[in-house]
Formats: sequence, C-alpha cells, structure tokens
Amino acid sequence: MKLRSVLRTATAVSLIAGSAAYAENIVIATVNNGDMIRMQGLTDDFTSKTGHTVEWVTLEENVLRQRVTTDITTKGGAFDIMTIGMYETPIWGANGWLVPLDDLSEEYNVDDILPAMAGGLSHDGTLYAAPFYGESSMIMYRTDLMEKAGLEMPEAPTWSFVREAAAAMTDRDNDINGICLRGKAGWGEGGAFITAMSNSFGARWFDMDWNAQFDTQPWKDTLEFYVGMMNESGPAGYATNGFNENLSLFQQGKCGMWIDATVAASFVTNPNDSTVADSVGFALAPDNGLGKRSNWLWAWALAIPAGTQKEGAAKEFIEWATSTDYIELVASKEGWANVPPGARTSLYENPNYMEVPFAQMTLDSILSADPNNSTVEPSPYVGVQFAAIPEFAGIATEVSQEFSAVYAGQQSIDEALEKAQALTNDAMEAAGYR
Amino acid sequence: MATQHSQSAARIMMAPAVILLLGWMLVPLTMTLYFSFKKYLPLRGGDLGWVGFENYTRFVSSSSFWPAVATTLIIVGGVLVITIFLGVLLALLLDQPMWGQGVVRILVIAPFFVMPTVSGLVWKNMFMDPTNGFLAYMWRAFGAEPVQWLSQASMPSLIMIVSWQWLPFATLILLTAIQSLDSEQIEAAEMDGASWFSRFRFIILPHLSRAITVVLLIQTIFLLSIFAEIFVTTAGSFGTKTLTYLIFQRVLESQNVGLGSAGGVYAIILANIVAAFLIRIVGKNLDA
Amino acid sequence: MARAITTQRKTINTLFAWAVGLIIFFPILWIFVLSFKSEGDAIKAPFEVLTSAWTLDSYATVQDRSDYFKHFWNSVTIAVGSTLLGILVAVPAAWSMAFVPSKRTRGILMWMLSTKMLPAVGVLYPIYIGFIKLGLLDTRIGLVIVLMLINLPIIVWMLYTYFKEIPGEILEAARMDGAGLREEVMYVLTPMAVPGIASTLLLNVILAWNEAFWTLNLTAAKAAPLTAFIASYSSPEGLFYAKLSAASVMAIAPILIMGWFSQKQLVRGLTFGAVK
Repeated sequence: MKLRSVLRTATAVSLIAGSAAYAENIVIATVNNGDMIRMQGLTDDFTSKTGHTVEWVTLEENVLRQRVTTDITTKGGAFDIMTIGMYETPIWGANGWLVPLDDLSEEYNVDDILPAMAGGLSHDGTLYAAPFYGESSMIMYRTDLMEKAGLEMPEAPTWSFVREAAAAMTDRDNDINGICLRGKAGWGEGGAFITAMSNSFGARWFDMDWNAQFDTQPWKDTLEFYVGMMNESGPAGYATNGFNENLSLFQQGKCGMWIDATVAASFVTNPNDSTVADSVGFALAPDNGLGKRSNWLWAWALAIPAGTQKEGAAKEFIEWATSTDYIELVASKEGWANVPPGARTSLYENPNYMEVPFAQMTLDSILSADPNNSTVEPSPYVGVQFAAIPEFAGIATEVSQEFSAVYAGQQSIDEALEKAQALTNDAMEAAGYR
Repeated sequence: MATQHSQSAARIMMAPAVILLLGWMLVPLTMTLYFSFKKYLPLRGGDLGWVGFENYTRFVSSSSFWPAVATTLIIVGGVLVITIFLGVLLALLLDQPMWGQGVVRILVIAPFFVMPTVSGLVWKNMFMDPTNGFLAYMWRAFGAEPVQWLSQASMPSLIMIVSWQWLPFATLILLTAIQSLDSEQIEAAEMDGASWFSRFRFIILPHLSRAITVVLLIQTIFLLSIFAEIFVTTAGSFGTKTLTYLIFQRVLESQNVGLGSAGGVYAIILANIVAAFLIRIVGKNLDA
Repeated sequence: MARAITTQRKTINTLFAWAVGLIIFFPILWIFVLSFKSEGDAIKAPFEVLTSAWTLDSYATVQDRSDYFKHFWNSVTIAVGSTLLGILVAVPAAWSMAFVPSKRTRGILMWMLSTKMLPAVGVLYPIYIGFIKLGLLDTRIGLVIVLMLINLPIIVWMLYTYFKEIPGEILEAARMDGAGLREEVMYVLTPMAVPGIASTLLLNVILAWNEAFWTLNLTAAKAAPLTAFIASYSSPEGLFYAKLSAASVMAIAPILIMGWFSQKQLVRGLTFGAVK
C-alpha cells in the first residue's frame, strides 16, 4: 500500500515537473453557487491535464460583484479569471477591460455555444466571456397539487391562468401557498423578476430618449397584479424572499408554483434535497397576450481581465471549464441532471441529457427570450431583466427596494412608482443621458 | 516640570503617530474632496471633468438623503439608550453575590467577540427567518403568527442585533465601575433607611456617570459607521439605509465616485457635529 | 463588615443572572449546536434539532472546500501584526502627551479620535489604486498597515490614559537620580505600563480580527483572512444553516477563546483606563 502511494506521488510530481516550464498559478474569483462549488471540487482534473494550479476566491454574489468591479475598473489585476454575468460582460468588453475570446482552440468548438448565450456575452460580435452555465426562467409546479385543484397546466400559460391556479392550490391550513415569487430587494433578485414580468405587461424601463417609464400604466398594472396575486396566494413575508428562500420553501413542499431560474429545476427534482422531487412539472413563464413572455435570460460566465500576466493559462482553464469534456466529467460523477445547463447546443442534442425531465423546457425557455427585443414597445437598451448600461445595477437596486417596501405593506404602489420614477431620472441625469 | 529638553524630545516622539494619522486623514480627505467636485464614473472611463458643487446638491436632493440621516441617528440613539439602560441593570445584577459569577460574566461578554458579519448572518437566518428561524418556531409554538422581523420591524430588529453586539461592552464597563464603589457608603445609606431607589439614584448613578460617558463616546464612534450588519441583513431596504450605506450604494452599486465622495463629505460633517456635541457634554468627564 | 446574605437571596440572584446570561449567549450556543447537524436537520423546529443525530459533516465540508488554516493564519498575522506595529508607533506619542502635555494635547487627542469617523467606502477607490501602485494589493503587509492606521487613534488613546495614571513623582525621582530620557522610558515607565500595553494589545487584536471592510476589499487569494472565508458561506444556493454555522464557529472561536482568557485585562483596555 505504502509503496503504491509513494509511486503515485512520484508520478504526480514528475508530471507536474514535466510541465513546470509552463505551469502557472491562476487566481479565480467565483460565486458560491452549487455548480461553481462543484467545479472547484474538480480542479484536480484541470491541474493534472495542464499542470497549472488554481487558487479560488469564492464569494457570495453581492460581495463578488463589488470585489470584481473594483478590481476591473482600477485595473488591479488581483484575479486572472472573474466569474461575471450577462449584465457586466458587454459593458466591460466595450471598455476594453476583458481579453477577447476570439482565438479559442479548434476542439473547444466555440460555435457550439448557444447563440442566445454567445450573443449576450459579446460586444460588437466579439465573445468576451465563455458561459459556464446559462439560464432562463420558467414555471415549476407541483403536479399533484395541480391535479387536486382540478386544473391542467398548459405548456405556455397566461398570467390570468397562473393567478387562478395559484388561488385554487392555496391551502393555508396545510401551509401550502399557491405561488412563490421573488420579492427581495436587489437588482438581481426581486428586481430581475419584476422587470421580466413587466415585459409581459407591456412595460419598459426607458423610452427611446432614456426617460424613466414608471409613470406609465403598464408598470402600475404589473405591480397591482403581482401584489394582488401574492396577497391572495403567496407565502407570508414574500418581501424578503429571494431565489434561495423560495427554493427552500418549494423543496419543503410549501409552494404550488414557483417561477424562477431554470437551473433550480435540478435542485427541486433532486430527491436528496427535495421532499417533492417526483411531482414537479415545468411550463413556460406566463405571458399576457401581448407577445412577450416573462422569462429572463442570464449566464454565469468566465472572463479574463485585460492585462493579466497569465492569459495563456487562464484561457486553458476557461476552455476546460466550459468544454463538453467538463460536462461529461460532471455527468460521469454526478449524473446528467447535475451538469451545468444552458450553455451548449450539443448538450441539448445529447439523448442522455434529453431524458432529464426539465431539459426541453429549459431550452425552450432560453430560446424564447430575446435580449435585443425584450419589450413590447421599443426600448433603447439590451437585456431582458436588466438594461445593459453601467448605471442600471445601482438604479434597479434602489427601485427594487421601493418595490419591496410595497410588498411589505409599508407604502402604496403609487408612492413607490413615483419614487422610482424620480430616482431613476435623477440617476440618469447624473450619468449624462438626459 | 517639563524642561526645554524634554519638550523637544516629546515633539519628536509624538511625530510618527501624528504624521501617520495626519497622512491617513489628510490623504483620503483630500482625495474625497477632490473627487467630490468631479464627475467620476469608473464604468464610463473614470474622470470626466470638474462639475463644481453639482454632486453636493444632487446628493442632498435625493429622496434618500434625509431619511438616511434620520436612520443613522435613530440607530445610534436607539442602540445607545438600550445598551446603557440594560447595561446598568445587568451590571447591578452581576454585582450581586451569586454562584458562578465568573462564568455568567463570560456568557454575557461573548457577543462582543463575534464578527459583525457573522452576527448579522446568524440573526438574519437562524433567528429572524420567518420560516425556519428559531424565533418563528418559538412564535408558532405559542400559536402566534411568526413576525417578519427584517421587513415589518426592520429598524427594531436592526437595533436589536447591534445592541446585542454592544451590550456586553457597556455591561462590562459599568460592572467594573460598580465594583469599585465604596460598599460602606451603601451600607451606611441602607442603615439610614434609604430605599433601594434612592440609593441607586443618589449614590450608584453619580458614581457611574464617568463610565457611562466612556460607553457613550466609544460606542458612538463605532455606531456611526456600522455597515456589515445592514449589508448582510436588509441591504438597506425597508428604511434601514444609513448615511454610510447610502454612500456605499452611490460608490459601489451606482459606480458614481463623485457623488459618493460628496456624500462622504456630508458624513464627515455629520460625524463632526455629533462628535462636537459629545465632547461638549462628556469632555470634562474624561479629564481625570 | 460584610453584609449578611441569605442563601435564599443568593439562590435567586444566581438563577436570575444565569437565565439572563444564557439568553444573551444563546445565539452563539445555537450556532454551535447547528454546526454539528446535517443541513436537513438544521432547519427543523428547535426541539427536533436537539434530538436529531450529531455529525461532523459540516466541518468536513467546509474544510474540504476552503482552506481554513490559510485564512486563520492570515487573520492572526494581520491582527497581531497591525496591533504590534500600532503600539510601536503609539507608545512614544502617548508617552509624550501624558508626561509633557501642552495646550494642544487634548485637541490632538480628540482629532485623532475623529479620524475614526471617516466613512471608509468613500475612499475605497483611491486607496485601492494606491495599493496597486505600491504593489500592496492582496498582501498581508498592506493590510497590516491599513488596520494599524485605522486602530492607531484607539491605541494612542488607551496608552495615553494608562500612562496618565502613572504618578509623575516617580519620574521626577528618577530624573533626580540622573536618569536620562532613555533610561526613564526603559527602566521606569515600561515596567509600569506593561499591563496597560497588554490590554491595548488585546482589544486591538479583536478589533482587527473583526474588521470586515478593508480585509475583504483589499485581498484576493493570498492574504484573505477569515472575514473572506465567511463571505463564501453567507448565502449560497440550497440549505446552508449547518455549513454557515460551522464556518461561523471556526471564524469566531479563536478570538472568543482568547477573549475569555483575558477578560480582566480587557476591562481595563476597553475603558481606556477611565474606570478604575
């Protein structure tokens, strides 16, 4: 036994020594989501293949954003790879802060990346970040409760059906809420949900002259519908529920429906964590008959800050982590349901993966979101649940705080919209749009 | 009896600390002032030129400004009142003869060692969560509807969390002060038939005034700049945005360094008003 | 003459004080309990939590995912380093203010304290850029310097009040015996000031250990202390109470234990010597 382990160490050492001339140590900043933590656990596979070692800086989403933004705007160089999203990538790419990913290797097959994802992670046709996983949003619902309520979920429901079904499924005595939705403040939390929802009600953030649109009827309709439905059928305290809180409620069987990120599908159908794993159905996010659905589009992607000394090694890592080989590696260890979804076309052509119950609906949802044309009336910005301008994150966080105060019953919808209108216009003025 | 020699030596010895602090204060202060007159947007290429007092007027005219000032003062005031009031009671209690006094004291001071981030996270998730939190289970056990702590009672919850962190500090100082009280004086008063209240009012409380001053001064300095507790619990929603938090939003979330710097200047002004006020009322208490 | 205390009264005091103490301590106790549970059990009702199985899984997971000892060691270096450096700078200043006071002394002291009220986030960008230029980003030495500067006012204040308690006559006697400034500091002052310096040290180690703005924003992989360690467990996907509890216990235990062992010095330190 001992001899074998000594031999194994010796081999490992010689392997590393063999590639020592090129071996680098790269620093990667990432978010503490499940798929990234899994990637962190598989780093050894990368090291044994390339000789490069990796140091991880894993942070909670808000801290990560603050950390990488400070570093990129000051050209700090603290990280060789940053995990960023569809919101940051085009802005940073336009500023020349990211290394263009236009020379990835042949076997990486960059054309295999889902066009919707590649589009959202590019600026002027150049890819600046490779998607690690991509998502849209969809309805996850309890088939058993739906049946009990005597209803049948269509593939592409409307909001009025969802509201009716939510009311029918609600059973407060048994702690079952017909619908769970995000209400938590933050542009990436409740802000993302209400913005995507407002698209289907014909609302938009800005008109073509960058004037805030919170004084228009569609926004009022959106909030009135949302608050009305949540008060009828939502969980108590939904004003502080974000992705994670709702996930936990759904897994504990306390939600009839949940409209959220498609990646949640693998969590709610995983019998280890979810008490309702075998009775979950999926449907497209609702619409309102205006031609736009209320699903968003997002990707967590890996990008290289311009100016890093270790560009070569960083590219090798990105090719490893977002490759089809990586997907197969995860599939072999954790099963197909747990591979990072939504990034590659070939994944959705793989018969093994298409057996996963939520695969098709995830793809359909992703394909039905169009960041370049997300609102009913024309808008000057790109993005479904956000507007890809640098000011948006700050503005939308404040706006969503006003909305959350409505959800908590602390102010009226009109008050919140009035404040949102004023603060948005003010911030846009400060930034020089108006 | 300072000689000429020791005067100049003293100046030399003081120099490193004064110069360092002067640097630490002046360099950032100058930079803050400089940026506050600039349009400085890191995500739009950085320095976009001078704008005069525009950032200052914009920061104040924002609908969040005055509520943020009020929130800051309410949190500082609320925590001070609670910690000093409960601190006195707790100190009086711990001063009584009992078994295991040392252990109880250890239990009481423990929260002071907990990182602000950790205490925010623990209270938010493990205690105040309306579904799985400890308090929610307690409420349900008594047949009550769980409270939505951080949304419907956001300010009281926040004040409670911060008070939990600072109560040990107040208790410890006040307890030490009480223990140094001359017990014969109390006994004499007791013999004279003074009631418990008048003993407290006329002997104990005056004796504690200096300790209370210290608690007031030190806590105010730290409370004016609390950030982590708000960041991890409410992230500034539900009326918990303090001035410090508002500046954080302007600088890091909105990426408007000029505007945030103007806010920083206002925060310094507010801090100095509070400090001047404090020094007026407590300054003479500190001169031994 | 000691007051006669009835056993009955002592019992009531004891019960009451213990009840209050346990209530205040309870949150810490509770995360300690949760850290030994599985994620599924940790969100159950309190009574079910207590009766469920105990496990070390959360600690194993946390250690497996992030290198605790690296973060721990960074925390120790930064906290102790910044405190020692601060004391080195502050001792001469506090000494001269205490024994050779001038008209400006009180003004300088108050001004030093007021520097603590500057909002840190306002100067994040300038400091960050400065750190890049000086090559201090993500280094322990950089954090040692920043935390030293942040806590320097407190250190000077504390030392000043201790030194002020040292009777001036002793110094005069030493001077009459022909002791120079150096001897005065070395042989007379320092031994008398050791307890004060010790408690200053303690309080500042705690403050530096718990500082969460600069330590998080000026580090990446190499110098990240326990505050960054916590940030990777704060709100992940899925259930996380047990892992967050375990990480929290690991982050606060060292400082808690140190604090308990030194609470006597701490009392003196915390009060700036103002309470005797």
